[in-house]
Amino acid sequence: MIVFPGQSAAQNHPNLKLGPGLVHAPSENNSAITKKAGVLHHSQNNARWWIDTHSRRYVSSAQESVIGIVNGKTADGYRVDIGAAHNATLDALAFEGATKRNKPNLKIGSLVYARVSLAHKDMDPELECFDAQSHKSEGFGELKGGFMLRCSLQMCRLLLDPSHFLLPRLGQKFPLEVAVGVNGRVWIDAKDSRKTIAVARCIEACDPDQYGITSGRRSRLPLTVDGVGNFLAEMDVA
Amino acid sequence: MRPPSPSIPEREFLLESLSQSLRIDGRLPLELRTPVIQFGPELGWVQCSYGKTHAIAYVDAKIVKPEAARPFEGLISINSEISPMASTEYETGRTSDEEVTVTRMLDKILRRSDAIDKESLCILAGKRVWHLRLTVQFLADSGNMLDCGCLAGIIAFKHFRRPDVEVIGDEVIVHSPSERAPIPLSLHHTPLCFTFAFYRPPTATTTSSSSSEPILIIDPSQLEQRLAAGLVSIALNAQKEICVLNKLGGVPLGPEDLLRVIEVAVEKAREVDKLVEKALADDWEERKATVELR
Repeated sequence: MIVFPGQSAAQNHPNLKLGPGLVHAPSENNSAITKKAGVLHHSQNNARWWIDTHSRRYVSSAQESVIGIVNGKTADGYRVDIGAAHNATLDALAFEGATKRNKPNLKIGSLVYARVSLAHKDMDPELECFDAQSHKSEGFGELKGGFMLRCSLQMCRLLLDPSHFLLPRLGQKFPLEVAVGVNGRVWIDAKDSRKTIAVARCIEACDPDQYGITSGRRSRLPLTVDGVGNFLAEMDVA
Repeated sequence: MRPPSPSIPEREFLLESLSQSLRIDGRLPLELRTPVIQFGPELGWVQCSYGKTHAIAYVDAKIVKPEAARPFEGLISINSEISPMASTEYETGRTSDEEVTVTRMLDKILRRSDAIDKESLCILAGKRVWHLRLTVQFLADSGNMLDCGCLAGIIAFKHFRRPDVEVIGDEVIVHSPSERAPIPLSLHHTPLCFTFAFYRPPTATTTSSSSSEPILIIDPSQLEQRLAAGLVSIALNAQKEICVLNKLGGVPLGPEDLLRVIEVAVEKAREVDKLVEKALADDWEERKATVELR
């Protein structure tokens, strides 16, 4: 169902969970109001609701994995650009095994894969590079080498979907390492420049948002399952 | 907010790939993104795109009093604007360095290169002349906005037609397009702009003097443009006449490097010129057909 901002959506459910684009509205029969235009989705049992939108700019929300660029150091941590309206802060102690004496040393310009631990409309977002319960890194931390690609937010969500064809299909062809941030950034490392470029181009070609301004006239169509093999062969990496 | 500088992995990967003659979008070092040209319903309205870089240009004309010093010449003014829509780093009300460069280059290429015959814009000497106003708006920035904006601008001038006017004594009659066919502008030539980015040669081989030639690419993407050690923009027409050559700082270039740039630009200018002429001819054919159907 397509919704516009300000509509009341989502049914009353004892265990209601609201995802992106929805806010809780106690006045509206204890359900939710939309704050984005897009397609409204819900889970089978009507407990989880969210809105899927086309967008290129990231709005941070808690518990999301993002890729950030360190762009400043502060007394007790780093300032990180995550593509949102404000820089995020990353505490130097928010890493696996970090102590006051043994802190990681990130250079300005390094890439970090982190989770948003705090997202509040009146405060700068905060990041952390470990799991709050286990204090293990869980794959978060500095990303060394490789290449970072920027794409639409929807493409990032698609890449995180286990049923999406692209990454498994590429993985069949050659080994690669990928970190997907939901802020429109994807880090790729396939050890070889040619292959890394091939992965970047596949993701770009697959992006449903082809940056066309007028509809109806698309310069090329998004890449499909059957097209991947040919596309890789064209680039001479398959 | 200042534009965030590219991260270390991005920089290292790009420079590493370029030293192997690989570009991230899969192009060859001297390969242009093919420009896509679209015309609007009105004459003089054009949208142009180089890959994901988009620009819109439109021309309008009105009748004004000429400057006292130049009573026989029409006026041309160019406005360009990079809206925050193009990229997060542009803000309204604060002009970025890029915007200043683009505006000045557009002025040099389109106005001061004398592409448009200003005297043909005169209606009544000292009293009435045409004032052409070109507006270029950048909608999306994926690198090389200058070339895109310049191409959109020149095509808009070529596409535009002004209403026919008749002068009887001191009286000026402007005929509406339905009455008399509008008249195309008289253009002397079609200047086209090409931007090249330079990179320092890989440091590992600096010992041998033969490989000290800088790496050269045409039509840089946003990332390539930001990491470049120098940019050179050259504006010329298909007749090999150079209008503007612009190099703002960056690594020093030898005369042989510059000659190479010019050689490539000449070839590209011919290609793009053909493409532009074809697009204009196709659009004109379409317009004719719709008139006949009525």
